[in-house]
Amino acid sequence: MPIHEKSLIRPENLKVQENLEVEGIDVSGHWSTFIESRVVTDYNEAMEEEIAALPGGEFIHRCWQCGSCTNACTVHAINPEFNPRYWIYLIRTGMESELLRDKDIIWQCVSCNKCTYACPRDVVPEAVMKATAHWLELKGHTPKSHSTIFDDIFSEQVIETGKIEDGRVLKRFFKQTGQALRQPWLEDLVKGLLRNLPISMLTRMGLATLVAPKTSGWSGARDAIKEYVAEQEAHHRTALGLDELVKMAETELKAGAAK
Amino acid sequence: MSDKKTESKNEKYREVAYYPGCALEGSGHAYNRSTKALGKKLGLKLKEVDNWNCCGAMEVKNIDPKLQTYLSSRVMSIAANKMKMDVVMAPCNGCYHNLKKAEYDLKNDEKSKQVVDRLSKKAGHETYQAGQVETIHALDWVKDTIGEEGLKERVKNSLAGIKIANYYGCMYTRPRHIFPEKDSGPGSESTSRPHFMDDLLDAAGAENVDFPLKTACCGGAHTLSDSDTSTRLVANILQTAEAAGAEVIATECPTCHSGLEMHQIRANRTLGIKTNVKIIYFTQLLGMAMGLKPKEVGLHENVSDSFDFVKQKGLA
Repeated sequence: MPIHEKSLIRPENLKVQENLEVEGIDVSGHWSTFIESRVVTDYNEAMEEEIAALPGGEFIHRCWQCGSCTNACTVHAINPEFNPRYWIYLIRTGMESELLRDKDIIWQCVSCNKCTYACPRDVVPEAVMKATAHWLELKGHTPKSHSTIFDDIFSEQVIETGKIEDGRVLKRFFKQTGQALRQPWLEDLVKGLLRNLPISMLTRMGLATLVAPKTSGWSGARDAIKEYVAEQEAHHRTALGLDELVKMAETELKAGAAK
Repeated sequence: MSDKKTESKNEKYREVAYYPGCALEGSGHAYNRSTKALGKKLGLKLKEVDNWNCCGAMEVKNIDPKLQTYLSSRVMSIAANKMKMDVVMAPCNGCYHNLKKAEYDLKNDEKSKQVVDRLSKKAGHETYQAGQVETIHALDWVKDTIGEEGLKERVKNSLAGIKIANYYGCMYTRPRHIFPEKDSGPGSESTSRPHFMDDLLDAAGAENVDFPLKTACCGGAHTLSDSDTSTRLVANILQTAEAAGAEVIATECPTCHSGLEMHQIRANRTLGIKTNVKIIYFTQLLGMAMGLKPKEVGLHENVSDSFDFVKQKGLA
């Protein structure tokens, strides 16, 4: 089946008639399934450009739909709905409403790079998936995924101190995503560690979660990175027209209040 | 590979700048300890990179890939310009991958170069120039200095009778273009069927099983943020290793290693999939084969308990 027809044969678009006769011919039952005709009018022509403007999305235009990415994909193997090739097709044709059907799973790309390895056109599908997930969040289609929250906490710590301490990242992540730190499997894991570790090591690990490890002489790098990140964020907001969106929303709210 | 080239690598890699990375100071400390202990045992010198910083891991690139390039370039800049070293050795697959990627981008992408130059100047250190250092993995380090023959001569406790599945993960081979030295003819590492770890463990006497998931993904990037997916991926790896007859999965990446350990427990708890295969760093296995005690290679720092196993196999 050609990929662009995939959306036509969803169960809700298939019609089977109980009793129907057309020009004297009985067309009822499963053997005469009809497909609901559909006219797409809500193309988002800016979508490809917007995603291409985000880091990682640069090479989406190179795709010629061979499907090597989906064929190689780790996540596709456990969830057939996860389909990078299809999403790249939807983005390039501007089929926003179709893409939004899968908005809650796109962030699940595990960055194994099998797609990037397989891609004959250097699209870097892995990076396109990340750019798409960010686009969905920036546009307000989805809340920040757990993955993005983790990335934010992690990067913030790297930018502040130059280094990471995994215990701290883990604690903050569980807190921000509203998950209990005392998960049964996590307790098993800690018990496994405690069994063999000498006390001195435990003290060292405990201290590390209180006193973050630091790269000395990092302040120069920190300032430089912060300035750069702020610049990039402003750049992305402009590319996605987010400031205008906010202004429009504000004007509408004001008009509503005046009424 | 010509003898001359092998010889030069042999000399060059005997003293390298060592970049452990954040994981090896935390959850992957066993890998740090065993790498250092193995190096010492084999007479190889490690000089830790001064004031190193995080390479960006799997996370910073999602904020901005060029920021990751900068972070990795800073590490290489210190090794090259401050320490005057030619080779950086990173045992962590993530660090190794990111340094390699930064090297590739700085060689081929003008924009990355500009960003790195700007950030380096502002941060007050010399900009790293592509080609100043060579980044290698702990596998290259052992293979190109001591090699299989050298290991065979030094074996104290043979790994004979231990069935091992060698697990390389994602970042050691993918994407291919950032590893120009791989897939470059006889003797080089393969990106589709890597074998350096197999070669080294085989030299120490181990029996490597035919393991089809050498470069499968453990879901390490989402080990916490999408645990259910990671658990399913890991359960598949563990079950396949056992089906292939392995008693041990040898690892070479702290993210893979802790991912396998963590989700081995979680698969048991949430999916009812129980596996007994041991998860041990290749440096721990080689170290013990060279006569180091289990504690000297940090076996007590692993989550999964393999003390009884190594004792039973005559390694302790």
